[in-house]
Amino acid sequence: MYNIQGYFEAATVEEATAYLAANPDLIIIAGGTDVLIKMHHGQIEKARLLSIRGIKSLQGIRRLEDGTIVIGALTTFTRVGDDPVIKANIPVLAEAALAMGGPQIRNVATIGGNICNGATSADSASTLFALNARLQLQSRQGERVVPIQEFYLGPGRVDLKPGELLTEILISPGDYQSYGGHYIKFSMRKAMDIATLGVAVLCRVQGGVLADVRIGLGVAGPTPLRCNEAEDYARGRAITPETIAEIGKLAVRSTKARTSWRASREYREHLVEELTGRALRVAVARAGGIKIA
Amino acid sequence: MPDTVVGKSVSRVDAVAKVTGKAKYTGDFVMRDMLVGKILRSPYAHAIIKNIDVSRARALPGVAAVLTYKDVPRNRFPTAGHPHALDPKHRDKADRTILTDKVRFVGDAVAAVVATDELIAAEALKLIAVEYEVLEPLLTPEAAMAEGAPLIHDDCPGNILSSGGYEIGDVEAAFQEADYIFEDELETSIVQHCQLENHISIAYVDSDGRIVIITSTQIPHIIRRIVGQALGIPWGRVRVIKPCVGGGFGSKQDACLEPLAAAMTLAAGGRPVKLELSREECMIDTRTRHAIKYRIKTGVTKDGKLIGMHIRAIANTGAYASHGHSIAMAGGSKFRVLYPMRALKYEPYTVYTNLPVAGAMRGYGSPQITFAVESHLDNIARKLNLDPVEFRLKNLVQAGYIDPLNGNAVRSCGIHECIARGKGLIKWDEKKARYKGQTGSKRRGLGMACFSYGSGTYPVGQEIAGARIVLNQDGSVQLQIGATEIGQGSDTVLAQMAAATLGLPVDMVHVISTQDTDIAPFDTGAYASRQTYISGMAVAKAATEVKEKILDFVRGMTDIPAHALDIEDQNIVYKHSGEVVMPLAEVALQSYYDPVFARPITSDTSNNARINAFSFGVSFAEVEVDLKTGKIEVVEIYNVHDSGKIINPQLAAGQVHGGVSMGLGYALSEQMLFDEETGKPLNNNLLDYKLPTIMDVPDIGVDFVETFEPTHPFGCKSLGEPPTIPVAPAIRNAVFDATGVAFARLPLTPQLVFARLKAAGLVQEGGDGCV
Amino acid sequence: MLKKISFTVNGTPVAIEVDVRETLLEVLRNRLGYTGVKKGCEVGECGACTVLIDGTPIDSCIYLAVWAEGKEIVTIEGIARNGELSKVQKAFIEEGAIQCGFCTPGYVLTATAMVQSGKQYTREDIKRELAGHLCRCTGYQNIIKAVEKALEEERKEGGSHAANR
Repeated sequence: MYNIQGYFEAATVEEATAYLAANPDLIIIAGGTDVLIKMHHGQIEKARLLSIRGIKSLQGIRRLEDGTIVIGALTTFTRVGDDPVIKANIPVLAEAALAMGGPQIRNVATIGGNICNGATSADSASTLFALNARLQLQSRQGERVVPIQEFYLGPGRVDLKPGELLTEILISPGDYQSYGGHYIKFSMRKAMDIATLGVAVLCRVQGGVLADVRIGLGVAGPTPLRCNEAEDYARGRAITPETIAEIGKLAVRSTKARTSWRASREYREHLVEELTGRALRVAVARAGGIKIA
Repeated sequence: MPDTVVGKSVSRVDAVAKVTGKAKYTGDFVMRDMLVGKILRSPYAHAIIKNIDVSRARALPGVAAVLTYKDVPRNRFPTAGHPHALDPKHRDKADRTILTDKVRFVGDAVAAVVATDELIAAEALKLIAVEYEVLEPLLTPEAAMAEGAPLIHDDCPGNILSSGGYEIGDVEAAFQEADYIFEDELETSIVQHCQLENHISIAYVDSDGRIVIITSTQIPHIIRRIVGQALGIPWGRVRVIKPCVGGGFGSKQDACLEPLAAAMTLAAGGRPVKLELSREECMIDTRTRHAIKYRIKTGVTKDGKLIGMHIRAIANTGAYASHGHSIAMAGGSKFRVLYPMRALKYEPYTVYTNLPVAGAMRGYGSPQITFAVESHLDNIARKLNLDPVEFRLKNLVQAGYIDPLNGNAVRSCGIHECIARGKGLIKWDEKKARYKGQTGSKRRGLGMACFSYGSGTYPVGQEIAGARIVLNQDGSVQLQIGATEIGQGSDTVLAQMAAATLGLPVDMVHVISTQDTDIAPFDTGAYASRQTYISGMAVAKAATEVKEKILDFVRGMTDIPAHALDIEDQNIVYKHSGEVVMPLAEVALQSYYDPVFARPITSDTSNNARINAFSFGVSFAEVEVDLKTGKIEVVEIYNVHDSGKIINPQLAAGQVHGGVSMGLGYALSEQMLFDEETGKPLNNNLLDYKLPTIMDVPDIGVDFVETFEPTHPFGCKSLGEPPTIPVAPAIRNAVFDATGVAFARLPLTPQLVFARLKAAGLVQEGGDGCV
Repeated sequence: MLKKISFTVNGTPVAIEVDVRETLLEVLRNRLGYTGVKKGCEVGECGACTVLIDGTPIDSCIYLAVWAEGKEIVTIEGIARNGELSKVQKAFIEEGAIQCGFCTPGYVLTATAMVQSGKQYTREDIKRELAGHLCRCTGYQNIIKAVEKALEEERKEGGSHAANR
């Protein structure tokens, strides 16, 4: 039994935003895999919940005519991992989705919930950072679109204004077309674990040169982050082991890892350097570049 | 003796119940007016309760009772699942009361609430006001043993629960004669059982005023005694019922909940109270495995013979004794038979600290000492430039050896053959040659480790087991045992033994799986890998008695002398020819309804086994170490066991699989972590405590060297705990082989491994990470 | 706060008032008597409480009972039909995949969903699909074998069904 003090259900986005406008204290619940577990551990007490799981319009994935891929906030991780649109266009996101938790969790956990939970370890986040995903937010007052990099404010804190609901995740064609990608989840176990470090690398290759590289990291700081210095360095460089090593080194400069009982800052930084290189190698090969020994 | 059923992989007798959801575990007993019990836990590792005010909690609607140390009997009692000793000097340490006025670890029980539902109970806990006088928390044995440290228990000076040990021969003299002396320090971590079913008890008072406790335990008869001691009531006024148990691994060889559950129902007017721990509670307030630090000094001759060893051990037993006083000693006793040497000195200290209570866990001290000694031996082998296998073969025990201290004899000994088979399975020589001089950033290595173990606890503990068999009208039998099935398969192998003795198929043996202390024969329970060996003797004795009675009854019916008869395939047959005399069912029916000679055939027997048998085995592992991340992948692993005759190969292999998996976690990822300042647990849940998932366990190779142990009617020896014992040192030795770094503590987590590899110069800075 | 909901359990319609605070696990076990659904951690880390909801394996401990409105729920009690064990159940027995049995119902249900999916699974796929269940007794070895066997049986039968069509 959870100490739930009030429970409401919304069947449409309009209903949900109306509830939220009238009751700013409501905690939104979708899959429940974060909210209920926080209640179990006493991190949320005596909550009044607004369930949005019945909102059909927020479930599923579609590709717009302009190539933008729209992921409904209530789409489950299982669906993201299996979806033909994602597998055909952004396989690295499917890879990241399937790295999360275990099957039963993925069957209910939603990608929108994963983002709004604000955890740096969110398995979807580092990849969505690398993809320059944009988030569509809706309230009674209207809509706004926020780049995911700006949405994360701090550990467990996101830029969700009172009354607001995350409805969709948007990925533009320019951010995935002709990119190869790879996600490495470094964790103690191969399933049912949280990442010690999550590394998502996307790259575009042209004539043996790195046309673009994007590095998204989870658990390398209080929020997921991008490695701008490394990315700037990479752009336009020939693909050599030396370049890749340097990109790994520079990636560390963007991190704000800390020491916790799970891992030390030094070790996480070392992993950033090492695993960025590893992920980049795979991403290069997947982008049609050469395989680097 | 016809043994057509023994040695066969018959299906578990409880398989259908478990695969259909019909098997009933403690939590599945639902009673109409059942209340819920919850425990208020200490936020401090070490504190005196100065004042405790429960008035607001008592006033909360829905609260039936609130208990503190003031409301429950203050009798001191032991919790360890051992037979009661008549000699007070040999009794378990009695350092518990049902509730305490001094808390000794974060999570210690301060007060308890009984309420109509769990949310009300949780609310009531928050209304209890406790004033603590906080004491210095002693979180390491060093801190606890330091001069002037506060006492965790007033009657234990220096916070030392037990010390002692033994010396065989003169170890200093042996060192004088040795050509080489080697020293190492090694250390294990605190781990937890993580059986899938959390601890749970349901207690109520029946219409006769007796306390009934349905509980998930390995030791129902012992629980009856401990609850009697705790409440200060005659033991016969307690009835303990053990239904299906969802795993224990030693954590339920202890009275963790039952005394409090009994106090709760008494406080609630005898209404049923369910006391069920959450996973988080279960991981801190049941039992853990002792972390032990070892210092080992060993003398070796030029030709690689071990001639003297001195082991000092400091075991961290946590806040209360539980099994602490016996575990370090048990480990030190069971391992020593493996490499008999001229001189061996063992000096263990078991120390109280302000951490969760360490107790019995699969292997009972052996996983720790085996890790230390087997790692130490590999360190020596490398320094002497000897192959680790060859080094061990020079020193291994042979059949005929008698332990000089307890007189236990090695009568069956398959360890040499186990090693030979393991070597072959993993292709030791071929791969050793292949992996020489590796240079890449991923390195392979091979390691192995041996163990010896007992079958039961004799002569330290009494080994009594009971069995009762009734011949039914249709020629089937009821088998009732005091031995407890907790998942390991004892009901099935004991049924096989009865069936083999009585010439029956297993499905004609109806095992009563529930132990109810009012009804079940006396047996101390599931621990020390004792049941197939010890309880098996009792079953064989009971079945033999029933068989003799059957044949005697047939003699009465036919005048054929009983010695000329046997039972085969449910028929009475002539022993010499196999010719059928009559079906067993006919005899059975006659035994109930013969107008003159009717006397249903039963046996109700007990066996006090004053004997023990050593089992042996080896683990061979191949690992790949990623030098750049410190991650270790176990590529192949084989366990080869001498557990005597294998009664049920499929179940036996299952024991090995589970033990190896637990050993893998012990080696690579599992450890309970605590805040170094406060002693607060950091990872007492199944997400942060890293027991292996299905993705983390490689294929496990299993083989058995089937010796015949002459002290057992079916030739078997222990198997339940052993598979987990040699795994961690085998993996550690494989990592040593791969990297040349002599790792000295468990678990080998990536961060720890990487740090050591870097310090050893194996990770080049600025390398390109190429493989 | 009570809420009336309707759903089916193992094909049997249920209409019941549930407390919004209750989990599906609690309603199934405590209110409806489906005690084959096991509680191991209450936070979706062990998989012992797995049931099938509209054919999909879900941890019922982190699933509010009110969400079951209109759903088809299958528990371990609904797997054997008329006393006949399913392929998965038989395979678990034959391969020795059961020890303490506490994790068994959950595994059987996930494996049942796999068998019913008609998909092909490699050994790695099988492990990944079963990774939401913890088992401390078996080292997983015989569980994998049992699921492989059940899938193989289904494939063979599926083949013969296709041939009959």
